[in-house]
Amino acid sequence: MTEIVKRAWQSVSTTLTDRTLARSPEVRPVAIGTPLSRVDGLAKVTGAARYPSDVLLPHLSYAAIVESRIARGRIATIDAEEAAALPGVLAIFTHENAPRLHKNLSPQVDAARWSMGSDFRPLQDDRISFAGQPAALIVAETFEQAADAASRLHVTYEEEPAETDLTRALDDALPAKPWIGKAAYNRGDVAAALASAAVMVEQEYGTPPQTNNPLGLFATVASWEGNQLTLYDANQATQNVASSAAKVLGLTLGRGGVDVITPFVGGAFGAGLRAWPHTWLAAMAARELGRPVKLTLTRSQMFTAIGRRAQTVQRVALGAERDGCLVAISHHGTHDTSRDEDFVEALTQSTRMLYACPNVETRYRVARLDRSTPTYMRCPGESETLFALESAMDELAVALDMDPVALRLRNCAEQDPAHERPWSSKSLRACYERGMELFDWSRRSPQPGSMREGNLLIGLGMATATYPAYTFPASAYACLDADGNALVRSAATDIGPGTATAMSQIAADALGLPVARVRFELGDSRFPRSPQQGGSMLLASVGSAVHAACIDLKEKIIGMACDSPDSPLVGAAAETIEVREGELAPRDGSSRGERYEAILARAGVERVEANATSQSFTRRLTRSCETFGAQFAEVHIDVDLRTIRVPRLVGVFGAGRIINSKLAHSQLMGGMIWGMSQALLEETTYDQRLNRIVNASFGDYLVPVNADVQRIEVEMIPEDDPYVNPIGVKGVGEIGMAGVAPAIANAVYHATGIRVRELPITIEKTSVVSRES
Amino acid sequence: MRPFSYARAGDVAEALAGLGAAPDAALLAGGTTLIDLMKLTVMTPGTLIDITALPAGDATLDAIAATADGGARIWALARMSDVAEHPSIVAGYPVVSEALLMGASAQLRNMATIGGNLMQRTRCTYFRDVTMPECNKRDPGSGCGARQGIHRLSAVLGTSESCIATHPSDVAVAFVALDATIQVVGEAGERSIAARDFFLLPGDTPWQETALGENELITAVTLPPLPPGTRSHYLKVRDRESYEFALASAAVAIQIGDGVIGHANIALGGVGTRPWRAPEAEALLIGHQPSTALFAAAAEAVLAGAVPLPQNAFKVTLARRTLERALATVAGDHLATGETR
Repeated sequence: MTEIVKRAWQSVSTTLTDRTLARSPEVRPVAIGTPLSRVDGLAKVTGAARYPSDVLLPHLSYAAIVESRIARGRIATIDAEEAAALPGVLAIFTHENAPRLHKNLSPQVDAARWSMGSDFRPLQDDRISFAGQPAALIVAETFEQAADAASRLHVTYEEEPAETDLTRALDDALPAKPWIGKAAYNRGDVAAALASAAVMVEQEYGTPPQTNNPLGLFATVASWEGNQLTLYDANQATQNVASSAAKVLGLTLGRGGVDVITPFVGGAFGAGLRAWPHTWLAAMAARELGRPVKLTLTRSQMFTAIGRRAQTVQRVALGAERDGCLVAISHHGTHDTSRDEDFVEALTQSTRMLYACPNVETRYRVARLDRSTPTYMRCPGESETLFALESAMDELAVALDMDPVALRLRNCAEQDPAHERPWSSKSLRACYERGMELFDWSRRSPQPGSMREGNLLIGLGMATATYPAYTFPASAYACLDADGNALVRSAATDIGPGTATAMSQIAADALGLPVARVRFELGDSRFPRSPQQGGSMLLASVGSAVHAACIDLKEKIIGMACDSPDSPLVGAAAETIEVREGELAPRDGSSRGERYEAILARAGVERVEANATSQSFTRRLTRSCETFGAQFAEVHIDVDLRTIRVPRLVGVFGAGRIINSKLAHSQLMGGMIWGMSQALLEETTYDQRLNRIVNASFGDYLVPVNADVQRIEVEMIPEDDPYVNPIGVKGVGEIGMAGVAPAIANAVYHATGIRVRELPITIEKTSVVSRES
Repeated sequence: MRPFSYARAGDVAEALAGLGAAPDAALLAGGTTLIDLMKLTVMTPGTLIDITALPAGDATLDAIAATADGGARIWALARMSDVAEHPSIVAGYPVVSEALLMGASAQLRNMATIGGNLMQRTRCTYFRDVTMPECNKRDPGSGCGARQGIHRLSAVLGTSESCIATHPSDVAVAFVALDATIQVVGEAGERSIAARDFFLLPGDTPWQETALGENELITAVTLPPLPPGTRSHYLKVRDRESYEFALASAAVAIQIGDGVIGHANIALGGVGTRPWRAPEAEALLIGHQPSTALFAAAAEAVLAGAVPLPQNAFKVTLARRTLERALATVAGDHLATGETR
């Protein structure tokens, strides 16, 4: 995980009180919960929204990366003569002439201690450790000149044997050092319980490397004024990028250092959680040239320059009594990372707590390959973990001759079995039951291949979904102007879920204002501290800070009124005042009210300001915070052609308080579509002879198109969670995807009797020859 | 993309003169393949001759005209979307309309022309990525990357040691099935090429893809009239529901009279190095009562010569079943009952 997350984890785990929670103010939800359309929707659909790749500055120059064609070895020669002679070419940077970049973090990777952030630095030496690694950077007057020159720079290599096949690297895997939890977990005696279990299933499952592929190409525009660097950059965490850039370039943070401006991002899905080499290259080139540089990655570079989902190999063993009660779970998982960097996520983590089971062991290992560094990709860790665990649960249901939902209900964990503490809230039973009802699960006949319509085999499958409900420390600034309009700020980014909209709703209700009177500004590292927009934590974290700042602001102004002899509210106790539509009045209606504008005018101030910090992770000490859901899939498989289509997906989730039902619905639906993509289509394919990706384009790397997406039903079970954070939000960015791939794989089994344990489930894996066999 | 010069041809003669004058010139129509491959530097023409504004030789340029014998003539610059929706094509040649509508995306079909469609290049990664060390089609003598590497989408019919690249077109499969002819014009004048002869097998010269001469351009595709009562259909099987190339496809046109197949046109797509005409299957069908067993035998005959590799072996069975399903669909009620599974 990124550095900022690690810091956050350490700091919050030592914080024992939460100022904001303790006050727990009553806020009347007016805007909260409504399906408000995006406040920035008009700007986005009219092109007024400026994404990083849209930024134009005076004297802007354009950079293009020349990528390594080999996966491992050394750069032997670089012939720059042809490229340098082309019109418009301003500079060619290679390891021979590029400025040195700081490598503050330990360059030594201790084999016994996997840790984060031994970051790769580009153009520092002649070593090549993955295909696609920058071998040179060309800067020119125009984008076209830079791209043309990049294709005419001639680099030769001394190639060394490389490995990009995870199955051949498993023996060299080492225990992971995850940023949360441990690589090895034990509860009870798994070996003994498996040995004596009435029913046991054990299988190996695999998930492929996948690529985040946001539609917006990642871009950085770097501009220097003296020692002050401004980066217009596509990312999910302005302050992560600022701190990384400061370290790498040897600068200080803030004024006279690095500012990162990111008002809009064209998607990221995890790829923007950290700073990547292209950002440093743009900054380095701009400093050397003394003019701003724009570096936009090509689509194929998006496959190697900004991370990808790691590949996993997992083995799951489940033991159960005849009645379906789990007695043992063993889950061992390994994924890959690069030679240079140590990537870890949350593989096998969900397995520890998803079901009530006395004996559980998980092991998590990481293997190095000659591939680019992985990163988090939507529902990172959990989606891979759940594909294995929830496929195995389906296999256990078959072995027990038991309904798959009944098996899960039998083992539903009423408290967190890993921490032996209650949940902050959990609606999973209701999710299963509502999902069965919506999906009409009762029509399912258990026998595989028993449901058919004409040429179509019909399969119905389901799986449990879960994702942690994180809340990280965050700060927010809020002010109310003399005209009665509020401005709220956070360094947060919006990669697409509608952050500014939801935050405006939270702020509006806390201030007692209509949403139209609130403006939320984000995407600037100079704004108050925000965690990254990832792990479904941003709304919970920053929303809590926004809530706190706006409550502070409101109370300040209430105090001004109650203290003013000229106010109708003079002498009233602050806690008896409420604000509706900008009008302050006693709750009991005992006197007339007064508007915000009048209070500020009388005081002669242009604005009243408040800052607040929320550190609301502490409740995890007494309650476990998780989001849960139940997901159902119907698949239709042509009996001869074996095409797999998904006419229906149903997802029911308990995700805390829903701030904006339209945005939440879109997030969950988008996650479910991605789950279908993960199940059936997505794989970053390597030619393991050349150790290179062969499908690095949208023509070759398939994701669903509209025609693939049919009926998708999303429901949210209302949850009033007073423990998870001050605003009761759990986050919905990841959970929509969590259980879809296993639900579809289980439906494919139900349709065909064929169990596919390796994603994606392409046409040939459901055995096109099975009719003859 | 390399810098290039751009010229707009005022008429066919000007376009041909431009081609003759610049050995590295290329014709630009819809540009949906050419511009793509120029960005990838797979194609690096020094001159683009834009032919989209060519005036009609007669008033029907850019459109579809009936021919004297009852067939149809499609001008080379007609857009895929216009042809797909043209009433005479929808009514007379459903297989052509369906093949067009299953190709590319709506946006691409609005740009791409019929002539350009016939000239599109393979999607093989080893061809499209100039940094890949091996591709005999792009770099003669360098080897075939797909054969040793990733070849799930590669061809199983018509392959050679030097190339296994799949022909990407859908509508070309329908044209080849229907015995279409392709009208071309060069400095020596006009000539017609049978669609089945237009596309070349890779053999030892995979860079030679069509019978089009270096300084020729396509002016039209002529579809012969189909026997009365003919039913035609294009079935395309792919990894996703739309906007994707075929894993296997079948273009079929069958005429059944008195319970017996009188006329059959069959070609396969997605499995061949060129749109794959299936005369052996046609011969098996003609004169016989349609039945699932007959269709299975016909499909078996087409794929008998398939040479699969490990990752694309599934295509052999898939193509067979695709053809069987397409034939069963057009046979409809004529399909002998009691033989269905």
